[in-house]
Amino acid sequence: MSRIQYPTNLRVIRVMCSGRVDPSVVLGILADGADGVMITGCHIGDCHYIDGNLQAKRKYELTRRLVEKSGLSPKRLRLEWVSASEGQRFADLVVEFIEQVREVGPSPLAGESPDPMLSLSIQAARAASERFRLRAMVGKEEKMVTEGNVYGEQMTQEEFDEEMNAAMESEYARNLIHLAIKREPSSVKALAEQLGIGSAEVLGHVVAMRQLGWVDVKEIRGSSPVYMDVEVSQ
Amino acid sequence: MTVEESYLPRVGVFVCHCGVNIGGVVDVPAVVRYAEGLLGVVYSESNLYSCSSDGLSKMKVAIEKHGLERVVVASCTPRTHEPLFQAACEDAGLNKYLFEMANIRDQCSWVHMHEPEEATRKAKDLVRMAVAKAVLLKPQKEPEISVEPKALVIGGGISGLTSSLSLAQQGFRVHLVEKAPQLGGMLRDLGKLFPTNMESWELLAPRIEAVESHPNIVVHISAEVGAVSGYIGNFDIEVLSNGSVENINIGTIIVATGADNLEPTGLYGYGEDPRIVTQMQLEGLSEDELVDANRIVMIQCVGSRNEERPYCSRICCSVAMNNALLLKENDESREIYILYRDLQTYGTQYTPLEQRAKEKRVKLIKYLDERPPEVITGCDSLVVKVYNPLLNEVLDLETDLVVLSTPLIPNADAKELSQKLRVPLNSDGFFMEAHVKLRPIDFATDGIYVCGSAHSPKEIGESISQAYGVASRAAIPMAKGTLRAAAITSQIDEGRCSGCGTCIELCPYKAIQKDEMGIARVTSAVCKGCGVCGASCPERAITMSHFTNEQIEAQAHAALGRVED
Repeated sequence: MSRIQYPTNLRVIRVMCSGRVDPSVVLGILADGADGVMITGCHIGDCHYIDGNLQAKRKYELTRRLVEKSGLSPKRLRLEWVSASEGQRFADLVVEFIEQVREVGPSPLAGESPDPMLSLSIQAARAASERFRLRAMVGKEEKMVTEGNVYGEQMTQEEFDEEMNAAMESEYARNLIHLAIKREPSSVKALAEQLGIGSAEVLGHVVAMRQLGWVDVKEIRGSSPVYMDVEVSQ
Repeated sequence: MTVEESYLPRVGVFVCHCGVNIGGVVDVPAVVRYAEGLLGVVYSESNLYSCSSDGLSKMKVAIEKHGLERVVVASCTPRTHEPLFQAACEDAGLNKYLFEMANIRDQCSWVHMHEPEEATRKAKDLVRMAVAKAVLLKPQKEPEISVEPKALVIGGGISGLTSSLSLAQQGFRVHLVEKAPQLGGMLRDLGKLFPTNMESWELLAPRIEAVESHPNIVVHISAEVGAVSGYIGNFDIEVLSNGSVENINIGTIIVATGADNLEPTGLYGYGEDPRIVTQMQLEGLSEDELVDANRIVMIQCVGSRNEERPYCSRICCSVAMNNALLLKENDESREIYILYRDLQTYGTQYTPLEQRAKEKRVKLIKYLDERPPEVITGCDSLVVKVYNPLLNEVLDLETDLVVLSTPLIPNADAKELSQKLRVPLNSDGFFMEAHVKLRPIDFATDGIYVCGSAHSPKEIGESISQAYGVASRAAIPMAKGTLRAAAITSQIDEGRCSGCGTCIELCPYKAIQKDEMGIARVTSAVCKGCGVCGASCPERAITMSHFTNEQIEAQAHAALGRVED
């Protein structure tokens, strides 16, 4: 209503609550080549849906960590609390965010020829955010850290973050390896070289994925098995 | 891909000039032409004012003439006219959930007023995004629920009494639950009410009598609300009273639980000397007890408008002014000082208090936030030291009585009640309305309303107005008898659900339960559509209708496809 002017390079997508924002969707938008993604919601304590924004905060943390892991600049991401009456603040935030993103430059994933390694890693980040483990952990985080679970066990934020980081590293690595195999059937050694992950770790993930039915042996080249993706019907 | 999946619905795009609001910045004809070329769009037109009766009838004609299956209106914010456009779609035979809006005014022409080319580019993008979502929209059926014509009013103060009576007079049955052993609330402890100086019992007694004798009202005193379940039209409430539990089934709930007074322990010597009192305590003192109070200093903003409690309690300046006048009335010779930060004797009714006070030589002294007054105890007389910026002097006021104007604070039970009802509190701890202008006495949760100082500190007349207001709001669904719940709800794919219970824990409205097989099931009527479950489900088994991941991604994807000029 106040018609406070702000830059034109923002496109707004409406959702009911900031808690609606799924990390996988944000990662998908970055994968699509967006230069930046900003999530806004009600101030903590003022959520129109009681505490949806607390979930938004937790999910944003996961998203941010995955973006970092993928090698994309986390400066392309931002979470801000803005109320409907804070027109000037919104405008200022838009200006600030656009400046922040401008400093990082256009997304390496935009245009006709996106960076292939980055493309792979952001897809891996997205896949990790779509699987059960990380989603379940983020979903339980609020309760674990404040009240504790049904067994009366509670964690400090630091303890939780440690667990979450470990889980995230593992899920990301596994999905990265999986997508690399999907792109081109490879041996453990080739994957380790390509992705910069230790071969023991790669092997561990490959073995697990075989058990899960994600990958299978395609052929043996020399003395090394070459793994390929198995079409898993969800 | 099946034939169904590959079918592209027929989309109509209506771009609004909104007079010059949009048309003065955005090249509307260019946007209309651009829309024509979008995938799925079979018809596109512009209107001067889409929301006018002319604009709406043109839309309906177009829907029928061109067999439109999705409608996109590019105009203002959905907050203003979305229901209007949705109703027009329904009139033309189109399910209202097949309608989408692009905000090319509040988020485009209004905020890019000096960049018409960029604004036009953006408007085209926004239309493209809306069409991308519209193509994926599905019709939704709003569940119909019956509404029990009974109301629960929580709180038997002036607000609760007023709304109970109003509802009862309209023919609805009311259950009034009051925590204390008697009705009346805070008004019981007040004396003369500003600005007319009527005695509080004059206001209260007839209302209490009317409530107690009305055949439609059941009064529960020394009673509290226990567990609450259900949804608008069908709430199940436990009323706990003297160890017994009564279960009632009601259609709407009114929160009228009022506020508490701040005890300013530790502030300005309160508690160290019996001559330092609050305004409330002052009202309880008789003239005999005040016979030695010849010099009185009142201090405003005690414990409010600070970091802990940033809000202004609205009424304290008027209360202080009125009490000062009453004290002067009983003894003209009294010397009264009111130390204030800002005088909030607002509006047409309370400004005269200030004028009369000045006429009666009540001394109004401003103090600065950074240099609050100091109350010195331990001597025969109390002394109040205050720096006055106008005189640039510290005043030493010897006084017989110090009166502290303290704010109304949220009721001690507010937090517990808010959790039981699943309604939000704002950052000050008061109950938070759905929208400050558009829905000022509704909660976002349908069927629950709030009035009086439970919402924010206010004067009695204002509480009474709100009480009439909530009675009228609650009467709407109860009078209709049936209701259509919003269809923006979560949908659980039972086949994918693995029973982890994450959604159940996270739902702020407890709308999801496990069935006998351990699978999560959502009660649509309770679901408010916030989407937290959808974003959290580890199996990704939950779809948020009308705001699906696919629709959001389609909008983002459309946003990133640059506009070809």
